[in-house]
Order: sequence, then C-alpha cells, then structure tokens
Amino acid sequence: MTVRAWRGISFAERMATVDFRVGARAHITVDAEICRSCTTTACVTACPADLFAPTADGGILFNYEECFECGTCYMVCNREGAITWTYPDGGQGVVFHHG
Amino acid sequence: MSGATEFDAVVVGAGPAGSAAAIALARAGRSVVLVERGPFPGSKNVYGGVVYGRILDQIVPAWWEEVPVERWIVRRSTMMMTGTQSLSVDYRSQAWADRPYNGMTTVRSRFDRWLAGKATDAGARLVTSTVATGLVRDASGRICGVHTDRGDGDLRARVVVACDGVNSFLAKEAGLLPPAEASHHTLGVKEVLDLPRSVIDERFGLTGDEGTDIEILGCTRGIPGGGFLYTNADTVSVGVVLSLPHLAAAGVRPEELIADLKEHPSIAPYLRGATLREYAAHLIPEGGYDAMPTLATDGMLVAGDAAAMTLAAGIWLEGVNFAIGSGLAAGRAVDRAIGAGDCSAAGLASYRADLEAQFVLADHKRFRRAPSLILSERVQQRYPGFLCDMAEELFTVTNPTPKPGGLRATRIAAARHGVTLRALAADTLRALRVFG
Ligand SMILES: Cc1cc2nc3c(=O)[nH]c(=O)nc-3n(C[C@H](O)[C@H](O)[C@H](O)COP(=O)(O)OP(=O)(O)OC[C@H]3O[C@@H](n4cnc5c(N)ncnc54)[C@H](O)[C@@H]3O)c2cc1C
Ligand code: SF4
Ligand code: SF4
Repeated sequence: MTVRAWRGISFAERMATVDFRVGARAHITVDAEICRSCTTTACVTACPADLFAPTADGGILFNYEECFECGTCYMVCNREGAITWTYPDGGQGVVFHHG
Repeated sequence: MSGATEFDAVVVGAGPAGSAAAIALARAGRSVVLVERGPFPGSKNVYGGVVYGRILDQIVPAWWEEVPVERWIVRRSTMMMTGTQSLSVDYRSQAWADRPYNGMTTVRSRFDRWLAGKATDAGARLVTSTVATGLVRDASGRICGVHTDRGDGDLRARVVVACDGVNSFLAKEAGLLPPAEASHHTLGVKEVLDLPRSVIDERFGLTGDEGTDIEILGCTRGIPGGGFLYTNADTVSVGVVLSLPHLAAAGVRPEELIADLKEHPSIAPYLRGATLREYAAHLIPEGGYDAMPTLATDGMLVAGDAAAMTLAAGIWLEGVNFAIGSGLAAGRAVDRAIGAGDCSAAGLASYRADLEAQFVLADHKRFRRAPSLILSERVQQRYPGFLCDMAEELFTVTNPTPKPGGLRATRIAAARHGVTLRALAADTLRALRVFG
C-alpha cells in the first residue's frame, strides 16, 4: 500500500533532509547523573529530533549535532539542572530552507 | 569607554519583528544594528505558513508586486476529523485572488530575507551569524546594549529591541519572561513535501497562483493542538501543533502524529506520491494576552514572539503579522523616546499604548480567553467526533427506518461522545462570548 510508505521513511532519512552546520561546541549538554532520578524522561519522546537516548543504567545519552534549537527539551524537562541549553555559535546549527 | 553610545538601537533577531523595528528606526533616521544568529535572515525560522500581508502596507506600497509569494490563499477550510471521518467548513473567495489579497503562502528563508532587505535599504546595518549572548548594563543597572559571540564583543545602544523570538533569552535575562513555562507553548512540527505545481492545482482545485489553507482539529490523538496543510508553489506544508505538557505526558513522538495526519482518508489523496523535502520543528508561544511579559523596561523593548504575540486562537494562527505590527510600533516608540531624551521604561511607554490602539493588543485582548477554550478537553477530544457523528446521523439514509431529525441526531451523537446538552449549550455560549 502506498499510504504505508509514509511511515516507511526512516528517522535517519527524515533528518537527512535537514541542513545542519554542526559547530564544534556542544550547545546543549545533559547531565546524565541528574537524569537517573527522572521519573518522566519526557525529553525522549518529545524531542522532535530524537536526540535523547535512554541508556541501560538509567541515564541519558545526548548528541547535540542534529538539533532544531526549538527549546522543547528544556521546557518539558522534569529535573532542575539536567539540561544546559544555549544557542549554537553564530552561523552554526540548523539552517531551514523551507521554514 | 564609559557612556559611549555606538548606536541609537540594537535590534536582536532579523525575523519579521526585528526587521520591522529596524525599518521604522532607520527610516526615522536613527542608527540601528540588526543582529541575527543565523547565517541569513529566516534560516532559523519555521512557521506554517500563511502571512497576512496588509500590515506590509505600512512598509512597502504595492508590496504584492515584489514579495516572494508562493501562492495567494483563496480557499480556507476548517476540518474536524476522527480517524475515519471529517467535516469541513470550506470557504472560497475570489476577492482574495486579487490585490490587496488576504493571505499568502511564503517560505521564511525568502520572506524574512526580503523584509530584512527593506531594513538594510533604509540604512540599518545587518550583522548575521552573530548571537546576542546577554544584556549589557550600565553602572545604574540600565540595559545599554548586548554582548555578542563575536570577537569584537559588545554592541552598545541607547535601546535594545528584543525580537529574538520564542524562548527569548533576552526577555528572560531581563526578568520579563519565566525561564520555562511549558503550558504556554506548543511544538510545531512540519514536513515540506515536493509535489508538482500542476498536481497541486488539480488536487486542491486551484488555478495559477491560487492557494489553499486547511486547518484541522481532531488529528492529534487528544493532545491539545491541531494540524495544518498549506499549498506552496510546488511543495505543500503539512504539520501538527502540540501542547508541550500534553505531548510530554502522552509519550508520543511528534513525527508519528504527522504520519497519522498524512494517512487520514481525507488528507492522503492530496499527498499521494509526494516526497519529503524538509522536516522542521519550532515552538509557538500560545499563552495569548495573559501570558505576555511586561513590554518595556529601562533601555529595552520586547516585540513579536519574544513577547508571546502570536495569536493562536483556534481558528486563527497568526504570528508574522503581529510580529511586524509590534516591531514597527517598537521602532516608533524608540524613535520618540530618543527624541525626548528618555529611554527609561516610562519614556518607552508609548509602545504599549500604540499596540493597544491597533490590532496587536486589541485582538489579543478580545480573544484572551480563546486559547483555553480551544485547547479545552471537550473542544479537543469530544467535539470533532461529536460533529462528525452528527453529520453521519443526518446524512446516512437508513430506509426503511425514518430519518432521525436534527435534534435526535444531536442527541445520539452527543451521547456517543459523552457530551451533555447542557455542556454543549454552555460551550456555545462561552464560544459566543470568547469570539463575539
Ligand atoms: C509550526 C508553526 C506554524 C506557524 N504558522 C503561522 C502562520 O501560518 N502564520 C503566521 O502568521 N504565523 C505563524 N506562526 C507564528 C510565526 O512563525 C511567528 O509568530 C513569527 O515568526 C514571529 O516573528 P518574530 O520576528 O517575533 O520571531 P522569529 O521569526 O522567531 O525571529 C526571531 C529571530 O531572532 C533570531 N535570534 C534569536 N535569538 C537570537 C540571539 N540571541 N541573537 C541573535 N539572533 C537571535 C532568530 O534566529 C530569528 O531569526 C507559526 C509558528 C510555528 C512554529
Ligand atoms: S526530562 Fe530532563 S531530567 Fe528527565 S531524562 Fe530528560 S533531560 Fe533528563
Ligand atoms: S532543542 Fe529541540 S531538537 Fe534540540 S535537543 Fe532540544 S528538543 Fe531536541
């Protein structure tokens, strides 16, 4: 069924449509130690770029590189201080061409 | 250099609000620097989207001759859906197909760049690829510029105009916005899909550069929000807008909800064969009037999404026009304050008065209760199904059983969705009050 093909697109293919000019500095950092006591792990499903991966030891593995800079994660975050959030340095990060 | 003022104003953010503020200031003869963190204006910005252009009359006469338009909206449809049903109010007007038009689809990388070009034409200095990283304050604590991540450092000005959009870290640093208020924000995720122009024309019933705008309720698995589908020249934009706390609690991935919408029997035929060109995400400040920050403080004004000025009142989702309107007003207020030699909060107070006298705050004030009604449980989770079932009861021919009649159809559909007639009457009254 052609319609099912909509779901067929992998997340990697989806993200490959976005232009990221990845900077050397991680503009967002996550303190996995704090995440260990988190009861919601809201970031894991809410992040539209799917950048928060739960680890076996109850922490979070985060990679800043393909980030939309939207702010969802720090807004829904359940633990004070878990996320340190800044914008990437000027000219770096996501570039939308069809926003 | 204590007290050395480099610019009359530094405007942070070259979105619609910032460019409008810079235009007003530069045209008034003030020196203004417009700071943008992206490599070009629009590169960080995402919307639905439709721009309602009449506010541009104040910037460029006959703007429609040069604005980078995709299509002019002539058809506007509001669709309520369940998984298998949909009920639409479909409005079309050929009056919208001609000057001065009503809404246009346009892409932010082109529109924002065009508008920023008007600011530089007027003499504003645009500095891209530069983040304003914080506020500079003088000895008395008054804001007098911004720090940047450039080697050459600070930009000093008599007034800072914070047009840095949703998440405004400048408004937060100034203590005007709370650090993180999820309940006042929605996440918008959008897919831009390639589809040939002629295919768009045929599927949506369009000719030439006519366009369609479809707003959808009931497509978000009960998460307060909605969906949209807009036609561009040879792409379509489809996406959903989702209340942050509810999205987080639901544990659903946002792109799953776009996939749901694209598979819906009322939407899928429009999109058959379309391929993903770009995926995007951005927050929307949806708190409305009651969530707006203080708009002026000593040495700083806040405009556009930084001041939560998107009008997200269910049947309207307008932010670009509100950003431009508030940016222009901010520019005028700064010009007056500099002229009067008083850039304190009191000296900048004409900004709010100006906004109240025009659509920006008048519309927000009028519809201040709309966000809570539109995002309420009944409107989001029960009414789309109730209305669809009512239509089904009315239009399904069940011979030899006689037709149910309007009242009975209402009763049947209401009971099925747990809507009491009393609640229905109360919400109708409330809607009349909210939108009346
Ligand atoms: C999914 C979605 C759909 C929408 N649909 C519509 C629609 O159909 N019609 C409509 O009118 N509105 C719509 N909106 C709302 C609209 O996008 C916003 O209201 C509008 O963009 C606000 O303009 P602005 O200039 O205030 O902020 P923005 O457009 O966000 O511009 C802010 C600018 O500031 C820059 N910036 C931020 N911080 C800094 C910093 N520290 N230093 C330097 N630069 C900085 C950013 O890069 C950006 O360019 C939608 C929004 C979303 C997310
Ligand atoms: S919500 Fe915050 S605290 Fe919880 S896992 Fe995510 S980042 Fe960590
Ligand atoms: S800012 Fe948005 S895209 Fe980036 S990590 Fe946070 S939620 Fe994900």
